[in-house]
Amino acid sequence: MKRFALGAALVVLVAWPFLAGSTYYVNIGSQILLYAIFALAVNVLVGYAGLVTLGHAGLFGIAAYAGARLLNDGHGHATVATGALALTLLAAAVFAMLALRGTGLGFVMITVALGQIVWGIAYRWISITNGDNGIAIKGRPSPFGLSLASPARFYWATLAVFAITLAAMAIFVGSPFGASVRGTRDQARRMNALGYHVWMIRFLAFLFSGFWSGVAGLLYLYYNQFVSPHAVALTSSAEALLMVISGGTGTLLGPIAGAGLVVIMKNVASAYIERWNFVLGAIFVAIVIFMPEGLVPGVVRLGRWAMATARPRAVTVRHPGEEGGR
Amino acid sequence: MNLWLVLTVNSITLGGLLFLLSAGFSLIFGLMRIPNLTHGSFFMLGAYLAVSLIRWGMDFWAAAVVAGLGVALFGGIIERFILRRLPGAELAQVLVTLGLSFMVADVCLMVWTGDPVQVETPRALRGTTAMLGLVFPTYRLAISLIAVVFAAGLWALLERTRLGAMIRAGVDDPAMARVAGIRVSRLFTIVFCLGAWLAGFAGVIGAPILSVYPGLDQEMLPLALVVVILGGSGSLLGSLVGSFVVGFLYNFGQAMFPEVAYVVLFLPMLLVLVWRPQGLFGRQVA
Repeated sequence: MKRFALGAALVVLVAWPFLAGSTYYVNIGSQILLYAIFALAVNVLVGYAGLVTLGHAGLFGIAAYAGARLLNDGHGHATVATGALALTLLAAAVFAMLALRGTGLGFVMITVALGQIVWGIAYRWISITNGDNGIAIKGRPSPFGLSLASPARFYWATLAVFAITLAAMAIFVGSPFGASVRGTRDQARRMNALGYHVWMIRFLAFLFSGFWSGVAGLLYLYYNQFVSPHAVALTSSAEALLMVISGGTGTLLGPIAGAGLVVIMKNVASAYIERWNFVLGAIFVAIVIFMPEGLVPGVVRLGRWAMATARPRAVTVRHPGEEGGR
Repeated sequence: MNLWLVLTVNSITLGGLLFLLSAGFSLIFGLMRIPNLTHGSFFMLGAYLAVSLIRWGMDFWAAAVVAGLGVALFGGIIERFILRRLPGAELAQVLVTLGLSFMVADVCLMVWTGDPVQVETPRALRGTTAMLGLVFPTYRLAISLIAVVFAAGLWALLERTRLGAMIRAGVDDPAMARVAGIRVSRLFTIVFCLGAWLAGFAGVIGAPILSVYPGLDQEMLPLALVVVILGGSGSLLGSLVGSFVVGFLYNFGQAMFPEVAYVVLFLPMLLVLVWRPQGLFGRQVA
């Protein structure tokens, strides 16, 4: 049954450009996939390592900016991708070394500050980043000679990268390393006593998360063919966090559902109301107050509760025996 | 007046404003372990409230106090009805305060529009004052003086009063303070309101210099963060020293390396994190 559902999902995902009808929906599909990659990356830290980060838009942005600069310098796709991801990894290493000096709230604060540094560079260091105007690229690159110019082709390329990301995440979650990351989240002291190098495990998790954030950032650049300080702002980090949390932290499918939810809401909301930031903020507050465990599990719980309050009457009338079994 | 002197005066002024902003932030973080990401919004909200009050004919200083009270009330409501329910839940606190800051920013944009608002310097403090053979802008001197007075007042409150002793006890060991019969949850509300008032007040008195514009909140919040990481959470002296370090770096950085000034600002924070993660005057690891 689960396999069947996954197979069906895969078929829908691959056939989406044909099902969608218009390029608008194809593009929304691409956006969801690229943000799902970002959310999966953030989830490594937030969900599995228990380290709440608000600076990941910085890493996302570093990849996008580095990619834009390299592309505009006339480098080929391979160089651009390698260079941008290498720089992102380096930045992630620096971020990790600094942020892991604090734990808990200290970690959050330091990631906010680090994210703001990147934002400051993007916004103010005009000779490198062109400031508020951002950097535009002259068109999507053609990796392996395949043009990505059309929305459908770009969608499939994003889907391929998404599949690789998801596979990498699945391997990570199932691996002994993934287990040790979860261990440092739940019982850091015991892990330490058992001889695990807690700091190193977190550091590596940060690098892993940073790498995939970079991948998402690069896709973002190719998708928009433009990057500006907006991509690096605190709001972007917050949106990524919202995706992870709304879907349910520490699960593989949660961040994907969350990315879908946020991207769709953002597109729908911006069609009807111009106050996306207010909606985003209100969702945060509502989630925390009403569904502290996450939107997807929260809805499931509320649904069960609604079913449970509705059921007894129906059950006693039709199948009196079933009540005890449930 | 030469450039260096101007920069020095501006640095001290900004340092004073930052102290007002970050003292509350630091106490809230130190006492309640709450990363109050709405603190920048308090600053901006205070400034905008005062803009309206002044337009309705209120005196600048009265507007500053009243706008601060409005912000304090808002902060009190947030603390009592939302944050109170989330003790120790870091992720939830981060989300809720961040969410509120987005909402405040958007409401401010709706009410006061996106155009920057210039607030006039109070009439009595316009112009310059000659002192020690040098000439200073009066209003900036006044801000520095206010910051010094508040620093002294807060110090006296924390070190010389019963309430201050209870707050210090709460910062050092909340569990033990509770056992000793201190109503830590009521302290939380008091400290949160006080912090919010200080931030709102700072926003108002900073308005004639900084003006008020959308995004001011996001600009001030990282500065407060840096001050607290530098100085150590829950330490008044740390906030004071951190504020002036940031004030000087910001102004001198902007004059000397305009493009990277914002980054220069974070360098001492990075150094402190590497050498002394609890902050210069922090008592425990934040």
